[in-house]
Amino acid sequence: MMPADEPPRVEEDGLTRKMTGDRRVHREMILEVANLTMRFGGLTAVSAVSFAASRGEITAVIGPNGAGKTTLFNCITGFYRPTGGAIRLHRANELPVDLHLLPGHRIARAGVARTFQNIRLFPGMTALENLLVAQHVKLMAATGFGIGAVLGLSRYPKAERQAVELARQWLSATNLLDRADDPAGALPYGAQRRLEIARAMCTEPALLCLDEPAAGLNPRESDELARLLLEIRGQGTSLLLIEHDMGVVMRISDRVVVLDHGKLIADAAPAAVQGDPKVIAAYLGEGDEDEEAEA
Amino acid sequence: MTPAQAIRDAAIAAAVAFGLFVMLVGLRTDVGPEGGLILRQRWGQVALLCGIVFAGRLAITTLAGRRALQPSTAPGPWTARLQRAGKLLAPALLAVALVLPAIPGIGRYELDIGILVLTYIMLGWGLNIVVGLAGLLDLGYVAFYAIGAYSYALLAQYFGLSFWICLPLAGILAAFWGVLLGFPVLRLRGDYLAIVTLAFGEIIRVVLLNWTELTNGPNGISGIPRPSFFGLPFSMAGGEGTFAGFFGIEPSPSHRVIFLYYVIFALALLTNWVTLRLRRQPLGRAWEALREDEIACRALGINITTTKLTAFALGAMFGGFAGAFFATRQAFISPESFTFIESAIILAIVVLGGLGSQVGVAIAALVMIGGFEVFRGLDEWRMLVFGGAMVVIMVLRPRGLVGTRTPSIALGEKRAIGGDLVGEGRG
Repeated sequence: MMPADEPPRVEEDGLTRKMTGDRRVHREMILEVANLTMRFGGLTAVSAVSFAASRGEITAVIGPNGAGKTTLFNCITGFYRPTGGAIRLHRANELPVDLHLLPGHRIARAGVARTFQNIRLFPGMTALENLLVAQHVKLMAATGFGIGAVLGLSRYPKAERQAVELARQWLSATNLLDRADDPAGALPYGAQRRLEIARAMCTEPALLCLDEPAAGLNPRESDELARLLLEIRGQGTSLLLIEHDMGVVMRISDRVVVLDHGKLIADAAPAAVQGDPKVIAAYLGEGDEDEEAEA
Repeated sequence: MTPAQAIRDAAIAAAVAFGLFVMLVGLRTDVGPEGGLILRQRWGQVALLCGIVFAGRLAITTLAGRRALQPSTAPGPWTARLQRAGKLLAPALLAVALVLPAIPGIGRYELDIGILVLTYIMLGWGLNIVVGLAGLLDLGYVAFYAIGAYSYALLAQYFGLSFWICLPLAGILAAFWGVLLGFPVLRLRGDYLAIVTLAFGEIIRVVLLNWTELTNGPNGISGIPRPSFFGLPFSMAGGEGTFAGFFGIEPSPSHRVIFLYYVIFALALLTNWVTLRLRRQPLGRAWEALREDEIACRALGINITTTKLTAFALGAMFGGFAGAFFATRQAFISPESFTFIESAIILAIVVLGGLGSQVGVAIAALVMIGGFEVFRGLDEWRMLVFGGAMVVIMVLRPRGLVGTRTPSIALGEKRAIGGDLVGEGRG
């Protein structure tokens, strides 16, 4: 399945994965973060971090509070312009895209969707409308950039039917079909989390970035979320997630990247990370580090 | 609420009223018999007003309960009923507006008011795109109205172009200025955007006032050509080649008024039609999404700048159309007509009607502009009446007459969304 023309640069960048041979089909990378540095004034939030997320896998980014996870995330999704380094998206059969050079809205168009730590839905719009806004770029092209549709050209209704169909699919995948016509702001917290994921998926991304998707969910909802994320992976979308709920992380991730004080301290399979003394030190505050343990 | 509480509540209301009226009503300066100023005291009237407030408050709290005075944006039982009635109300208003010139007893004066109201409805609907849908607070909307008016006046004066050619040109020019203003300022948010748009409105007015060679400054432009009926001018003389002559009817000054009425009626309907259509389409949804959460929009690949610009340009375009119409109706324009108070009135119409609601804006324009004209007999008291009415609406319905939002699409039945969930936009 691996294309013969996979760029050899991957190996040279020192971004080779340490995985066993039987997972080779998933080895192609989707996201490459190389030497990423982000400074805010004198504070270096992320310092020369390099890792790669593989296509069709769930990559988790973990670390104590203030480790730079969300900063890293905001760099990848275009909310911050990194001070240094590169972020590249490798879609199948396409040239790599330099995400760090794109303006914010282009990143979603390139195929990276995200959710937010503090949910950012459109609260006054219905669940269905939220999902249709997510398909704006596609629908806008079908309307002839707004002009054709006002004049009633025929291409738009079909595009809208397809968009509603896609929205309906994701509503039923996230178990929200019966709440489709309710305003997003009136949904319970867990449903809002799921709707945000559904909305991100409606942009039909190659890489879905989730910022603490399990925050504030009860154990049953966390289980449902884990199932949903595995289902999304099964459909061929790669995932990158920041998560504090170690139960979820260890159960579903294929690979775990650990940050501490803006530096990458581990990048391995979940089981290996759990036993890594550096990771344990970072979380338990061994030695000079006095980070609060949490997880 | 017990009677004792009700009385205490009413007493507080009366005390507030006393605080207000003690200076406003209680003391009055008059010209005395010797020609000097004397201070007249009117404690009787103050007592009367406080008594009215006390009795009124007591009556409201005991009859309707305190609950009736709570502000609300959620769709309550009576809003649901109003909405059902609203489905009939909008077509009914439309029908009345359509046949207005034919209704017996409607004379030239009434039609003039009708034209004025429709102009403000159109301006309200145009501004509703910017403020109501896209959530961008624009305090300088009158600038586009002025650009439209002056576009037509100057093009007609210098190039002799007719109204029907200038109408689209005025819209395009206003939209062009909307984009030109939008590019630098749309990165500003909230209060800052409001201040810059306010300044823009003033700049346009000051330029019109001082560029005397082009605009004739404060003297304005007079003799702006009236519109023709598809090439047939309205003339009192009648005869061949005029409207009356062509149709073989008695020449009458009311022909032109009726024609102007239908022109602005069609323009307002065009504004409404475009807005309603766009609302159900990606562009309109993107505007509303932008009002709800700009950051989420960006994460979904929506280009915030161009989306805001389209809202700004489209709103400006309809303002420009209305301006061109204003110029041809008045046949005379001067910078006097485009002061900040016009922007404020249009914004008040949109806010009182309910941000984003087409019917609400139409009703608010009808009540504010129509009511203002009808109550001309009240002289300066009408300002008090309107101020009071606005305060009452803002207290009881903080999100305007129609504070709810109707979804643009639904799998099942469309249910109104309470105003407390709908964002107001932060620019």
